[in-house]
Amino acid sequence: MIRTEELLLNVGPQHPSTHGVFRIVVKLDGEIITEATPVMGYLHRGTEKLAENLNFTQIIPYTDRMDYVSAMTNNYVLCHSVEKMMGLEIPERAEFLRLIVMEMQRVASHLVWWGTYLLDIGAMSPFLYAFSDRERILQLFNELCGARLTYNYMRVGGVKWDAPDGWIDRVKTFVKDMHFRLDEYHNLVSGNEIFLSRIKGVGQYDAQTAIDYGLSGANLRSTGVQWDLRKTEPYSLYDRFEFDVPVGKNGDCYDRYLCRMEEITQSLRILDQALEQFPGEGDTMGKVPRAIRPPAGEIYVRIESPRGEIGCHIVSKGKAEPYRLKFRRPSFVNLQILPKLLVGESMTNLVTILGGIDIVLGEVDC
Amino acid sequence: MSDDNKREEDSAAPAPAAGDTPAAPAPAAEGDAAPPKRKETDEEKAARRKAALEAREAAKAAAAQAAAQAAQTAQTAGAAGDSAEGSEPQDPPKPPSPNQPRLDRVVALLRELVAEDAVEEAYINEPNDHLPTLVVKNDRWLQAAGLFRNHAELGCNYLRNVSGVDYETHMEVVYYPLSLESRHVYCVKVKADRENASVASVTPIWETANWNEREIYDLLGIDFPGHPDLRRIMMPDDWVGHPLRKDYVPLDPEV
Repeated sequence: MIRTEELLLNVGPQHPSTHGVFRIVVKLDGEIITEATPVMGYLHRGTEKLAENLNFTQIIPYTDRMDYVSAMTNNYVLCHSVEKMMGLEIPERAEFLRLIVMEMQRVASHLVWWGTYLLDIGAMSPFLYAFSDRERILQLFNELCGARLTYNYMRVGGVKWDAPDGWIDRVKTFVKDMHFRLDEYHNLVSGNEIFLSRIKGVGQYDAQTAIDYGLSGANLRSTGVQWDLRKTEPYSLYDRFEFDVPVGKNGDCYDRYLCRMEEITQSLRILDQALEQFPGEGDTMGKVPRAIRPPAGEIYVRIESPRGEIGCHIVSKGKAEPYRLKFRRPSFVNLQILPKLLVGESMTNLVTILGGIDIVLGEVDC
Repeated sequence: MSDDNKREEDSAAPAPAAGDTPAAPAPAAEGDAAPPKRKETDEEKAARRKAALEAREAAKAAAAQAAAQAAQTAQTAGAAGDSAEGSEPQDPPKPPSPNQPRLDRVVALLRELVAEDAVEEAYINEPNDHLPTLVVKNDRWLQAAGLFRNHAELGCNYLRNVSGVDYETHMEVVYYPLSLESRHVYCVKVKADRENASVASVTPIWETANWNEREIYDLLGIDFPGHPDLRRIMMPDDWVGHPLRKDYVPLDPEV
């Protein structure tokens, strides 16, 4: 007689495959998960509460620490919403610089995801490849604003630093190299039998479920829904460039993988065009009043971050500090579907599915 | 002429031109041997400042004159016309927002299918891309949400964001439903009393509201009856108080 009983297993908050301080309590029947309960808040710093006592320029560094893998897009969503409230004009050169760094950030962010995801699944070397390429982007950011991770680069009205001499050319060189590196990555991983059998058909959901759960980014597009805010509700200068929105079909981990890889290609395509059209001279800061006080009112601004729709909801009472600042964080919303996906899966797939959603805990907990 | 001299001349040139007044004294005679450089630039600076100031004054005077003239013509026009508006010169009426018909339609639908008094307020939030904004009566919200989600004309299948705001006089939950097909987005607000704040949960309608409502409950203390699993999500389970409320007293103000 084999006696079986339910096993309660705690994963995290320090387990490396949880990509931060995420904890999940799973109930196991043998190898099969019967119930999963995520536990969050280990990285909750109260950014929204802190912001109520800071002026808008002071909040920008806090946004760096939300999605710390993609700080540039976080900078942008805050600055952009304040600019929209105040009706500020941004000089073209500044907007180009913002767009270029945002797309570079998208590439860097997807590279981190690619490397760590494969590491989760058990492939060691892609991680090293990915981080060596990401290093080049971080180096370029370092030249631009003196930081490798928490840039604090954008300001309400423009950007803090102009590109140093030769920076645009160095980015061009990087983009050129990256096209080849991507082909190499596809050769290395995308057709690998073991990899495919680990992720094909795993963590599958349909478009209706994705929409119900409010998923965004590659999580939504992998089901075939063509929804990329850069295309559907264009902001910045995205309507000037040609690029495609890659969509999947099956909504499984494999399609999410392909979507993200193709997004890197499309980002490089945008970068190619933006670097070509980059204005030779111009201001990097628009005309901004000395004190940044958005008029009383309310605004919700959303942009496409590497993880999906990041939004900023500001309630202003005409003061230098926001009355209420709420961030819609894509990781937080996307993670909701996890318990549903895990039920009925084997324990080994927990890491595959969690990694496929692509979360950053700084953003989940905020 | 040396390079330095040229630059000085360049910087001096725009001042009188911009000022358009005779006040700016001519720069030191060109033919002279170069005087001490520091002094000259100071003089130039003073001249430029003076010129700019005068120009500004002149522009202000011109603007005032123009305004007075406009007011006068407006007044005469008002007197000539039948409709006697206030004597204050009025801005021309704003063109109606492109989203006004959409807002009117939603209000009509809610009044017809939910309740006559379902909409407390409806306006266009202009800085936010002319966002149609509605305030829905608290006890009609669940029905209204169902209408947003299921009505063929609205079809808001995607709830993009839920926020809670403490306005000190009342609490407010702000929803942003969106239709992925028509790409129409709305802003719907539901008000609640500050004491025992409660807003019907829309998790049965949009699954994505689940954690958002938990977060609002945790940080703002708004109850969501109908929620399947309303627990704290960010703060520890034994935490006292709701940090984002304006009257929240931190445990240790030093931190």
